Amino acid sequence: MSEPADLVVVGAGPAGMAATAAALAGGLRVVLVDSGTALGGQYWRHPPEHARAAVRTDDLHHGLRAYRALCRVLTAHRAAGRLDLRLEHHAWSAVREGDGFAVHVVDRRAAPRETAGVLRTPRLLVATGAYDRQLPFPGWDLPGVLTAGGLQALLKGGGVAAGTRVALGGTGPFLLPVAAGLAARGVEVVAVCEAAHPSAWLRRPGPLLRNPAKWAEGAGYAAALARHRVPVYPRTAIVAAEGGERLTSVRIASLTPDGRPRPGTERRVEVDTVGVGWGFAPQLDLLVPLGCALADSADGNAVAAVDAGQRTTVPGLYTAGETCGVGGAALAVNEGRLAAQSVLTDSAAGAGHGGMNGRLAAVRSAVARQRAFARAMPLAHPIPPAWSSWLTDETVVCRCEEVTAGAVRTARADGAHDHRQVKQLTRAGMGWCQGRMCGPAVHCLTARERAYEPAERLVATPVTLGALADLDEGTPPRTTTTPQAPTTTEAPPTPQAPTTSPAPTVNGATDKECS
Amino acid sequence: MTLKIVVVGAGVVGAACAFHAASAGMDVTVVDRGPVGAGTTSRGEGNVLLSDKEPGPELALARLSRTLWDEAGRELGPASLELEPKGGLVVASTAEGLAALGEFAARQEAAGVRVEPVDRVRDLEPRLAPGLPGGVHYPQDAQVQPVLAAAALLRAAVRHGARFRTGEVVGAVTAGDRGRITGIRTSAGDVLPADAVVNAAGTWGGEVGRRLGAPVEVLPRRGFVLVTEPLPPRVRHKVYSADYVAGVASSDAGLETSCVVEGTRGGTILIGASRERVGFDTTMNPAVVARLAAQACRLFPFLRGVHLMRTYRGFRPYCPDHLPVVGPDPRVPGVVHACGHEGAGIGLAPATGALVTAHLLGHPWRGADPAAHTGLLPDRFLSCGGAPQ
Repeated sequence: MSEPADLVVVGAGPAGMAATAAALAGGLRVVLVDSGTALGGQYWRHPPEHARAAVRTDDLHHGLRAYRALCRVLTAHRAAGRLDLRLEHHAWSAVREGDGFAVHVVDRRAAPRETAGVLRTPRLLVATGAYDRQLPFPGWDLPGVLTAGGLQALLKGGGVAAGTRVALGGTGPFLLPVAAGLAARGVEVVAVCEAAHPSAWLRRPGPLLRNPAKWAEGAGYAAALARHRVPVYPRTAIVAAEGGERLTSVRIASLTPDGRPRPGTERRVEVDTVGVGWGFAPQLDLLVPLGCALADSADGNAVAAVDAGQRTTVPGLYTAGETCGVGGAALAVNEGRLAAQSVLTDSAAGAGHGGMNGRLAAVRSAVARQRAFARAMPLAHPIPPAWSSWLTDETVVCRCEEVTAGAVRTARADGAHDHRQVKQLTRAGMGWCQGRMCGPAVHCLTARERAYEPAERLVATPVTLGALADLDEGTPPRTTTTPQAPTTTEAPPTPQAPTTSPAPTVNGATDKECS
Repeated sequence: MTLKIVVVGAGVVGAACAFHAASAGMDVTVVDRGPVGAGTTSRGEGNVLLSDKEPGPELALARLSRTLWDEAGRELGPASLELEPKGGLVVASTAEGLAALGEFAARQEAAGVRVEPVDRVRDLEPRLAPGLPGGVHYPQDAQVQPVLAAAALLRAAVRHGARFRTGEVVGAVTAGDRGRITGIRTSAGDVLPADAVVNAAGTWGGEVGRRLGAPVEVLPRRGFVLVTEPLPPRVRHKVYSADYVAGVASSDAGLETSCVVEGTRGGTILIGASRERVGFDTTMNPAVVARLAAQACRLFPFLRGVHLMRTYRGFRPYCPDHLPVVGPDPRVPGVVHACGHEGAGIGLAPATGALVTAHLLGHPWRGADPAAHTGLLPDRFLSCGGAPQ
């Protein structure tokens, strides 16, 4: 692409793909950045292109027609030079620069070699999705305990079934497709422990009735689970994982309405793998440092505050999908379209190209309907208020830094009244994951009455110091450093110069290869 | 009669003031908008350095402070502070730089600092880049975990009878002809009576001084610190390039970076420290992060393959002459300043607390003699009429 981009989209999941397609249709030049090896994000995660023939995953997916249609649009625009697709590029920081934005990315196509680069754009759309929300329980740090999303990612991304006897736990309808997918690959799913009770939906049937597609999807999974004889236990939780070197069993208990284990109901089930998920936490790491305002959502997460056109409170910055409230792929697609429409309207280009015209009203009405469902979801599938009764003082809460529930409780008694202060006093959240795993749990243990706002993370994804050093020194090939070029064997291979001229707006990243 | 003291600021300096004043038997109340150590204290590296200081008033305070950190470690338990007497290693990158460093170190040695010239720096730090001409080892340099240290000092103060309350100071209550301070007012409308008020508000010390009727010029200087992934121990000392000393003392408005590399007990490696005069602008600056990374990789080539995990930034409080302001303000009797420590506040905290206590007592306290630290008095900024010059 020889001209500067009109828009950078970070995240090639449902929201980012739909937004990119709509922006391209409206005549904009777009750079689409994603850390994955293929288009699709988490929901439409696929094996890399070269492995697709060998690893069939079609049956694990929902809405593949929409995915393929978007892929076709993006591929065509890419061929026409209007879309610059950057797969295996990780955005580690986005900052304001002049009237626009500088998105700092690291190219990992030749991993472990990393090449840092900068994408400059007048408008930025962040569609970074969400990740599994975890609650700790005794034994959750044993090998063999995964997130439900992790199990699903292994299945969809590589056709890998992690385990032979699996129990799933947590809350929310996401557990059902994971169970169905595992069962379809021959895994014995011995229990799906859903902390909520389906009757919660009957108390608020409106959103379900207005979203028949969701109802049909759920019914489809229920049928699949019945076919594979997968038992689903309502108002039940995995309250402990046990084993020596690795997981060998879980303890399952019925819950009281507030989430305490019912005395006498606990039983041990032998498994080799566990998948747990308590809904999702929005991935806000690029948005928060840009200063965009947050809003509370019904599921206990702070989310990006947006207007009806997916504009954040920062001019030129848009967001769509789970970052502004977890609501699923169909909603994300529609929010992506609305965001692109706003970009077109706000750009000079918008006047000449009616990206969506008459369809806009239909999209808006679908979004309203789908958001109603998204709001109802956490009411039907809340985090059990008394979940922390599962924890002993010895239970590890922050796995990276091995901080226990007892240490968190002590910090709270010492006056720490949010997860940031607990972090300063205990190191909870200072490790590899930077609190992405334990942040919501530490928050629940200290300040449950407020929405969870993640700690500000100025580095959205780890990046090697070598890649940053090259960025500072005017990019590869690396010049001789003072006092003298390193000769140790630990130094990674010297980056090579790009084989094609980078676009004028881009430093140090080349454009080739995608799905 | 027991002196009633209000300490404004629960950073490491305020906590140290409270600790020493309460130890001396004063009735101490610490007031802060936020929790202990949540401001600049939580944004530093925990430097307790002699190596970067020129002979003069700051070095005198730093030498006392080094002794008092050891005393605090013995009294509170070194683990509660994560006090590590790891030593500093300043390395030169050129022969000329090494000569200048040698002269600097000789002057420090004359002022009482232990210095050990090193020809083969890789004997001390095997992973340093080859070809460095030499450096100076400063065995007295040390590190603490600043928030833990502030929390431990404040807890100890509370054991000596101090109180900690959340609130924001909005003004002073004064009495008499000379306008002696008798208390402070908080934004909640409370009045806290006080015989003396200690301004330990760090970067916000200028504003707090103004609200107390005793303005001092304290400005923010933004600094980024990089934190790597956790690793097995690979960097043993605080290692920095000789350029750092020039950066610390500089008044340049633009960006300066001169990197300091050190390991932590948690296994991460900390890389500091940039200095920018951009007011209270909290914006991320990837160019600064990249510059620090480049400098760190030049010192330690193995860092090229190590991941940056996070970065944080804070606002170092500095006075126009880059010296802290510690002592009574002649304009408002009862106001004692203890702020403006720039990037050295962690290291200088215990001696600042002792010196403030000595000023309040009117006689030396724990080795802090007001007569020996007159160069830090606020008088240096005031003209004869009492107005800032």
